[in-house]
Amino acid sequence: MAEDLLHEVTQADYKYGFTTDIETDIIPIGLSEEVVRLISFKKNEPEWMLDYRLKAYRHWLTMKMPEWAQLKIPEIDYQSISYYAAPRTNGPKSLDEVDPELLKTFNKLGIPLEEQMALSGIAVDAVMDSVSVKTTFKESLAEKGIIFCSFSEAVEHHPDLIKKYMASVVPITDNFYAALNSAVFSDGSFVYIPKGVRCPMELSTYFRINAMNTGQFERTLIVADEDSYVSYLEGCTAPMRDENQLHAAIVEIIVHKNAEVKYSTVQNWYPGDKDGKGGIYNFVTKRGICKGENSKLSWTQVETGSAVTWKYPSCILQGDNSSAEFYSVAVTNHHQQADTGTKMIHIGKNTSSHILSKGISAGVSQNSYRGLVRVGANAENARNFSQCDSLLLGDKCGAHTFPYMEVNNETAIIEHEATTSKINEDQIFYCNQRGISTEDAVGLIVNGYAKEVLNKLPMEFAVEAQKLLQITLEGSVG
Amino acid sequence: MLEIKDLHANINGKEILKGLSLTVRPGEIHAIMGPNGAGKSTLASVLSGNQAFEVTHGSVSFYGKDLLELSPEDRSREGIFLSFQYPIEIPGVSMVNFMRTAVNEHRKYKNLEPLSATDFLRIMRQKKELVEMDNKLANRSVNEGFSGGEKKRNEIFQMAMLDPRLSILDETDSGLDIDALRIVANGVNKLKTSENASIVITHYQRLLDYIVPDFVHVLYDGRIVKTGGKELALELEDKGYDWIKKEVEEAI
Repeated sequence: MAEDLLHEVTQADYKYGFTTDIETDIIPIGLSEEVVRLISFKKNEPEWMLDYRLKAYRHWLTMKMPEWAQLKIPEIDYQSISYYAAPRTNGPKSLDEVDPELLKTFNKLGIPLEEQMALSGIAVDAVMDSVSVKTTFKESLAEKGIIFCSFSEAVEHHPDLIKKYMASVVPITDNFYAALNSAVFSDGSFVYIPKGVRCPMELSTYFRINAMNTGQFERTLIVADEDSYVSYLEGCTAPMRDENQLHAAIVEIIVHKNAEVKYSTVQNWYPGDKDGKGGIYNFVTKRGICKGENSKLSWTQVETGSAVTWKYPSCILQGDNSSAEFYSVAVTNHHQQADTGTKMIHIGKNTSSHILSKGISAGVSQNSYRGLVRVGANAENARNFSQCDSLLLGDKCGAHTFPYMEVNNETAIIEHEATTSKINEDQIFYCNQRGISTEDAVGLIVNGYAKEVLNKLPMEFAVEAQKLLQITLEGSVG
Repeated sequence: MLEIKDLHANINGKEILKGLSLTVRPGEIHAIMGPNGAGKSTLASVLSGNQAFEVTHGSVSFYGKDLLELSPEDRSREGIFLSFQYPIEIPGVSMVNFMRTAVNEHRKYKNLEPLSATDFLRIMRQKKELVEMDNKLANRSVNEGFSGGEKKRNEIFQMAMLDPRLSILDETDSGLDIDALRIVANGVNKLKTSENASIVITHYQRLLDYIVPDFVHVLYDGRIVKTGGKELALELEDKGYDWIKKEVEEAI
């Protein structure tokens, strides 16, 4: 029975697998100083931005792909990728000017801009391939002094803020993918919340990789000034492609005194087909710093996509009494591989961090939690609680937990709990006997298992995340 | 409504049911009694479609449909309800969510619109009273941290919500104190109509003081070996099962 059901998995389609037929401005494959210069030129960047890219590129040349993760990644030929693709538009001023095909794509994704503008109160900065297409609500946010725009616009209009904060949390030398991103990043989002301002709506970005053989290298920079608050949502999908596509993003968050940032992600990049063909390689560096006293940063992620996920949203707790949270649900099916977790670096006094990781593995996938809790010598009274649970569906998948702890202050209290369980046939039969199909039963059980994390998501996202969990695991009962 | 003919069933290659036949008509309550290992719970599992059991021979028809051809969820939607001997815990899934999914699946099967949240909650409130179930229970995860009595009450509550045509109560009395037993039995009695039927599987006669059966069947070694009225239960209580065993062996 388990065998049959596992085979059924093969019939689960990737719901977002369509490509959009729009004209794309794409540069030839390969990476060199010329390409870096070309990207910068196409984006009309100032000299300092080009210098930054070149410095990153030169450093990247000296680096090697990291191999410590529990991932089997075929060699990636960085010369066979095109590093820039933009829909051929010249900065649409209104929705009328946006390519109708593009709007249709967003509609398929369930984020109709028009409706969202009118109804949902979410400001969306939608990123198609590499260039930010449309930012909604920008004006109403501007009244409060909030800046929410594409990264390119920020480079142009707010160079001081960019110069001050870019690379302040993730330096170009940080790691292989961060260096690559810093050299070739195409666009992304920038958020600045001024002192004392509570952002009145959820800010949201939707990323999507569309063109073939293109890497997407976006970067996000969020700065929350003193006493401010913002909740930021990031959603990701990609069309079905046979080839593997590369995605290497950077997210940096700076949280000043008494400020709070919530960052939520629902990641549903194309995971490849049942045989492991195609899918996104997702190498992401996400890091925030609780810079000021009493600052607070919260990462929530639901990871259902990508062939390979390498991602550790982290927090540096520098300010005294600052706190950080990491809530994660990572689902892998078929041949997906995920190595994901967090790093909590306690530096300030009385800092606390909470880690809750829920891994779900099905098919022949491999799902690893990797987390570091480091308490510095001066971090008096640091507190951490980590809970890492794994749920297995079937007996051909793997779940792994790699907790690292480095404690250099004896006043620290660190707790770690881990569990591994399987969905059992009894639970499924119990649901069946009440008239609930096996698919729906798995959905219910998995959503129940992940509930603590899903509850942390903003409402609109929670519903989508629940559906995604169910779709991702269709038929994968063993 | 239910016609079981010469049913044989295995688990892990071992034959448990060895030619069981039983007919149930609307409005009837059938008690199935018998010693441990006779196949009582196996009967409940096979009727509800538990795939751990393999039917090797015989037929089961339910309102003219071949029950054995139906998936467990379709059997439920056709109106077969099993009150589990050991109700299963599903962490993180609230009773409300669980029951709403189940009820709406049943409605979908009958081409009815799903219930609105308001209607659903109203019905849920009514049915909860039937088994004197605590309001708090509804907001907790399915059976998680429930006491033995609460779990059994929860089974009868679910039965009330799904309004089955045939309910199978598998050792519903086990692990219940006398008060809980009374509450559970009252719930079952209130749900009884001339349209529905019950199969009450029990080891002891005491449940039958509360739920009065029309027929009592003795299951022994995979077959029904004796059938009588409610007085048979009293006789069994009095004399145990040995005399039945003897009768069977002598007959062979």
